Amino acid sequence: MHTWTQRLLSAATTAAFLLLAACAAASALDAFHAPSVQAQARVTKINRFHKQLNGNDKVMLTFNISANLESLFTWNTKQVFVFLTAEYENSKNSLNQASLWDHIIPDKQHANLHLEVKSKYPLIDQGSSLRGKKVQLVLHWHIMPKAGVMIRDRMPLSEFKLPDVYTS
Amino acid sequence: MQVRSVLAQIISLGMIVTSALIIWKGLIVVTGSESPVVVVLSGSMEPGFKRGDILFLHMNKDPIRTGEIVVFNVDGREIPIVHRVIKVHERQESTEVDILTKGDNNFGDDRLLYAHGQLWLQQHHIMGRAVGFLPYVGWVTIVMTEKPIIKYILIGALGLLVITSKE
Repeated sequence: MHTWTQRLLSAATTAAFLLLAACAAASALDAFHAPSVQAQARVTKINRFHKQLNGNDKVMLTFNISANLESLFTWNTKQVFVFLTAEYENSKNSLNQASLWDHIIPDKQHANLHLEVKSKYPLIDQGSSLRGKKVQLVLHWHIMPKAGVMIRDRMPLSEFKLPDVYTS
Repeated sequence: MQVRSVLAQIISLGMIVTSALIIWKGLIVVTGSESPVVVVLSGSMEPGFKRGDILFLHMNKDPIRTGEIVVFNVDGREIPIVHRVIKVHERQESTEVDILTKGDNNFGDDRLLYAHGQLWLQQHHIMGRAVGFLPYVGWVTIVMTEKPIIKYILIGALGLLVITSKE
């Protein structure tokens, strides 16, 4: 009736199709999940603010973050990658978006954050436009599933004005 | 009769090869990425992505943003890299963009991996952004590329079965 290769082909196709269907179903369920995130972040200290030798402004910050990300977790969540960016516009760039801090949350038990942290990455400008600049702090999260579609979202938190003069 | 069954075998083998090709080329068209599926080869994105996981890529006109996981090519490096974007600078007057990446599990950013003297990635380095994830499946290709003998044994065994199998 059927040759050996035809059987193999149909078995492989069915297996691949079922696997993809299971992933699609899991991701479709995620789409119905409406998380509610509460978060705050504010800059508590400017550790150092100066112009580098290459002419770019550089600032090291300390900030307070409190965020409850428990509602992001579902049965299909492997981890949540959470990070804080500084976003601003200047004469050269319509968007500057720099990560200041990031963190991997492995499970729901560790998803309620109250931290005071130093910026993991310094905020470095392309040029020297940071003096007196208003910077928007935005919390982002990237949900990585056990299998299926990855989800990204963001929440603008507070605005922060950098000082008018360098600290050193 | 003998010739007929041999021809049928060849055709069904051809069907397997062509349908695989159709699926692959179809995926390229749908996702807009020249390589819609990539296998994670290093542990630099652990614990999110482990070696042997596969990623589905997508490429469209949407601008690249911080936090996205992109696959990029570096001049002078053959194997593309899958890392997360940590910095984006988008120009006022043009669509030009500067992108900086980092592996979640790496201590520092990727400037050491870029070509000598390269500070930023541009849009043309980006092959796609990761949108979907499937664990373990990529081990098949890792094993086959690193132990080619297994590949030859597998192909030989399949070929032998195809030739010798009767209706």
